[in-house]
Amino acid sequence: MQTDQLIRTLAADSAHRAPPVGLVLTLALLAGAAVSAAMFFATLGVRPDVMTAMHNPFFDLKFVVTLALAISAIAVSLHLSRPEALLRGWALLLLIPAGLLAAGIGTEMMLPQRLPMMTRLIGSNSRICMTAIPLLSLPLLAAALIGLRHGAPARPALAGALAGLLSAGLAATLYAAHCTDDSPLFVATWYTIATALVSAIGALAGSRVLRY
Amino acid sequence: MREREDEWTGLMRSAVSGDSAAYHRLLKAVTPVLRAAARRGLARAGQPADQSEDIVQDILLAVHLKRHTWDANAPFAPWLFAIARNKLIDSLRRRGRRVFVNIDDFAETIPSEPAAATAPASEVAAQLQSLPVRQREVLQSIAVESASIKDTAAKLAMSEGAVRVALHRGLASLTAKLREQ
Repeated sequence: MQTDQLIRTLAADSAHRAPPVGLVLTLALLAGAAVSAAMFFATLGVRPDVMTAMHNPFFDLKFVVTLALAISAIAVSLHLSRPEALLRGWALLLLIPAGLLAAGIGTEMMLPQRLPMMTRLIGSNSRICMTAIPLLSLPLLAAALIGLRHGAPARPALAGALAGLLSAGLAATLYAAHCTDDSPLFVATWYTIATALVSAIGALAGSRVLRY
Repeated sequence: MREREDEWTGLMRSAVSGDSAAYHRLLKAVTPVLRAAARRGLARAGQPADQSEDIVQDILLAVHLKRHTWDANAPFAPWLFAIARNKLIDSLRRRGRRVFVNIDDFAETIPSEPAAATAPASEVAAQLQSLPVRQREVLQSIAVESASIKDTAAKLAMSEGAVRVALHRGLASLTAKLREQ
């Protein structure tokens, strides 16, 4: 085919309008979140003492941190879905959840505690945490990759890693409602390991499926 | 150069608001620049320049299918060159060579002479044969026989809407096949 012929053909298709990446990503994530939430309620469920736990600021902090991670990763991944986008200062957004968590740890250190530090860090749910967060994040990760595939990321592996971060953030938000370990030390250790794992899976998948 | 890039941005703005003639003019205007850059990239990788037309077509398809990622408030040229660079690296990699793409390949908008000196592109034509029959017929009618959407619909006894759908799907699957080969 001659290039002139191709150009004429592309112009003939110019009426076709693709929806923006943000919309496709949002719809895909809503569908993925529905699947993850169904998985969560069918297996783990919300912890029984949730009504009293809500008055514990460290319980609430878990949701602030995981949602901050999800939202900042969504913002960065949407930015990176454009072909000419550079990471630059955008990576700083990801410091927000880290900063919130660090502030939580600092606050907890200053308060009198019943349990020693290592006990709080190790907690009693680390194994469930490290299994549940990656598993709950899989439908969300698939959704995020579908959404970002609609864009044109210059660095597919990096965009995939961010898809992993955002899906781990959302999955951890679900899991946090089940987990009885509320210490920021526990969150900083086990949630972070689980998130890093999902992020690595995302990078691997992204380097394959996010090329355009 | 500055002026030309501003002109491209203006054309692309008209194109996204539905002016297909502006879109046609824009694609025609950027093609010589893409061709020159593809030739420079091939030369630097020690590859024959006769593959440049395949790369140009690859870039044009990506530009078309990803044009919704262009921000109408941003200049068009950086977006275009980012896609072009990405596609050039990809196609050099597919040809199994070490890749040196100089940023400058796509930094200047110097058009090259027309395509006459290079062999006609073959990859898109080859992949065309592997498309589902309806998509292939529609693409062939519009691309090769220069028929309009209306004439194509009449000739193939399809509705104009169905022709548009087959056309878009055909272009999308062509691109997917080029990427996977």
